[in-house]
Amino acid sequence: MTRALALHLGVIAALFAAQYLLPSYHQTNIARIMVLAVFAMGYNIAFGYTGLLSLGHALFFAAGLYATGLGIELAGLSAAPALLLGLIAGGAIAAATGVLALRTSGVSFMIVTLMFAQTGYLTILYFGTYTRGDEGIVINRAARAIGSLDLSADTPRYFAALTLFAIALLINLMLTRSRLGRSMIAMRENEQRSRMLGYNPFRVKLIALVISGLYAGAAGAAYGVLFGYVGASFATIQYSILPLLYVLLGGAGTTLGPFLGALIMFYLIDISSGYTTAHLFVVGAALLVLVLFAPKGILGTLRERAVKWLP
Amino acid sequence: MDFGPFLLLALMEGTVMAAVLALTAVGLSLVFGVMRVVNVAHGEFFMLGAVIAWFVTHYMPGPPAVGFAAALVICPLLVGGVAALSDTLILKRLNYDPEATIVATIGLSYIFQQAALTFYGPDARPVEAPFDLRIQLPWFGYSGYKIAVVVAAIVILLAVWLLMTRTRAGLIMRATQLDRTTARAFGINVDRVYAAVFALGAGLAAVAAVLIVPIQQAHYLMGHDPLLLSFIVVIIGGLGSLRGTLLAALVIGLSDGVISVFFSPTLAKILATLLVAMVLVFRPQGLFGVKQ
Amino acid sequence: MAAIILFARGLTKHYDGIKAVENVDFDLTAGQIHALIGPNGAGKTTFVSLLSGRITPSAGTIQFDGADITRLPAHSRVARGIAYTFQITSIYANLPVFDNVALAIQRKGSKHLKTDTMAALARVGLDKMADQTAGTLAYGHQRLLEIAMGLSMNPKLLILDEPTQGLANSEIEAFKALIRAVTPQTTVLLIEHNMDVVMDLADQITVLNFGEKLATGTPAEIRANKAVQTAYLGG
Repeated sequence: MTRALALHLGVIAALFAAQYLLPSYHQTNIARIMVLAVFAMGYNIAFGYTGLLSLGHALFFAAGLYATGLGIELAGLSAAPALLLGLIAGGAIAAATGVLALRTSGVSFMIVTLMFAQTGYLTILYFGTYTRGDEGIVINRAARAIGSLDLSADTPRYFAALTLFAIALLINLMLTRSRLGRSMIAMRENEQRSRMLGYNPFRVKLIALVISGLYAGAAGAAYGVLFGYVGASFATIQYSILPLLYVLLGGAGTTLGPFLGALIMFYLIDISSGYTTAHLFVVGAALLVLVLFAPKGILGTLRERAVKWLP
Repeated sequence: MDFGPFLLLALMEGTVMAAVLALTAVGLSLVFGVMRVVNVAHGEFFMLGAVIAWFVTHYMPGPPAVGFAAALVICPLLVGGVAALSDTLILKRLNYDPEATIVATIGLSYIFQQAALTFYGPDARPVEAPFDLRIQLPWFGYSGYKIAVVVAAIVILLAVWLLMTRTRAGLIMRATQLDRTTARAFGINVDRVYAAVFALGAGLAAVAAVLIVPIQQAHYLMGHDPLLLSFIVVIIGGLGSLRGTLLAALVIGLSDGVISVFFSPTLAKILATLLVAMVLVFRPQGLFGVKQ
Repeated sequence: MAAIILFARGLTKHYDGIKAVENVDFDLTAGQIHALIGPNGAGKTTFVSLLSGRITPSAGTIQFDGADITRLPAHSRVARGIAYTFQITSIYANLPVFDNVALAIQRKGSKHLKTDTMAALARVGLDKMADQTAGTLAYGHQRLLEIAMGLSMNPKLLILDEPTQGLANSEIEAFKALIRAVTPQTTVLLIEHNMDVVMDLADQITVLNFGEKLATGTPAEIRANKAVQTAYLGG
């Protein structure tokens, strides 16, 4: 077992133990953070590893969220197939977006993804008859269960979130070690060179974006079932910025960065809201400070300075 | 109302919309053209203009026209100052790296929203129009102020055009746009040009906002739509092309006005955003731009 | 007569009316080392970029290994066996030396990526530096790494754009030995300014001038060619 694998299993074990140590309030928080971290991990696969700075990942998260939510509420699916539907929806929407958006790069890519996400948000509002627009849908409690496991209760919810998080994290780790992962990083580092090594940049980036969309879709789907609410606010630009913020804070291109970023940011807002209502300021200032003074984030800087083996 | 007059009303509303949009979008286009910066905080400069206009008109004694005139001067200056400061303190330090500047301007937009929320509050508040004149057409009455907005926008846009084409400052800006290294070699202080252009772009958004506040109320989240629409206009017009931007503002403003009257505004927005994405994907030089 | 592995007919590239490459016919014999020379701005890099697919021609056709590749994107040409190394060193500066070569090797499919990569590095003498970040290598080593990436794709045709630029004399000797060793399995096309290297290595030489082909022949023929002398000496 390598150091890296040991570290990741250690983090998962610590989160497992945390369930028994934390009071209920923080338990719910950590469950939420783990789901959001999966979303951010997906974002990191596109941005951190492949170099695709998307401003539209809320679309993939919302695709998962709504596919699951509407699957349960309108089609009467039970939670398990609805979750699967959410996962697939995230990947499929990412594929469709990618086929078009990946014809552009850099700033155009950012704007195109932003516009697609905006279209998605407006579409949710437009079909308000089914989605109930801004007001959103509360998923009925009875449907939020897999078999006899009631996912709306604290403990099963925590373990469901942890299971998803652990799977996502370990796949992420495997990916960074794989040939695919290496070719994704090659796109980020030097697309021209990669092309002249025989890689089709469009193909590699599309695969990365679809994996990223599957992560976001899974996170969205889980969020709907675990927390029981499906609303248009999750499709707004704020939810595209959020994973970017987490990833920048924790460290782009590091496996544990998204979780660390989500954890710190979540509690930063949570604690600061005890003193001030200025959440927007906290988010804005964090973005500025990161981009100005620590563009590599916490783990990225740590890897550069001290712990070179950090994946 | 019959279809004819109804369409006329829609077109008139569309023209007002187009005029304000043109001002805002030209600001965004200038910044992108000269500095190659995609300013996500542009909508917030618009919002700050509106909110400051509320403060100025609220606390300025005398008739509404005086306060409004003061707002027309103070708002763009203040907002331009904030923009110049943001450029010098933040964007310059990022060396105008495209992706970093976008993240930074997103950060700025949150901070501006927070500032407005904290000092102005969550309510939408109206600003009184500087004069009250109703022009009676055979079919309906129409606000004289709205027509004044269109005239004012045309005057300001003409002034910008003269500034860019007929003055030394405009020449310097265009030289910097073409090649910033050469411009620097010719003794142009590029840092100052950038700060000035960023301020000018923000100032234009602020003026547009002052003009619109008597029609729309000032609110701390009002920057969202102008930003999106400006993006749409600038992209369809061809990034950085002022002429294309104006043309696109007219087309988008009018069609948005007309479509919103006859169809659901949400559907109009969906189609417009999709169109922008498709233009960027398939015709990156814009619908009216020329291929470089 | 040996087989022709690549030929171009009427190959042309114009940039806004500037003729970078004009109506060039070109034949590459399999297994040979072919040098492309010419004054600065003669269109050499543009020409090989057309062959490798980095840019698309304005007119003309290119055939490689019996198939028309004129419209193929660069990465598909690489897959067919054309490797290209950049004039200005283009490596993954932030990645370890190992990953740079592994990226080249894994592309063509390898069961033992680690051993194959180390072997490829050993071939150019960089195996001791496998864990080092590529950007921190000395310049000569970066050039070698670039060549190693090209070689480790096992290409049928290896295009080298000014490979010896910035190399020390001892490194140039090693480079020449390396190139001789890969032929005749690999055909080599190189752009080169160092005439000693050209005369020493090349079986055939093509001279470009103002985007047009001036002459093709053996080193002896080119040396004796009046037009070439004029172009080079400006006489």
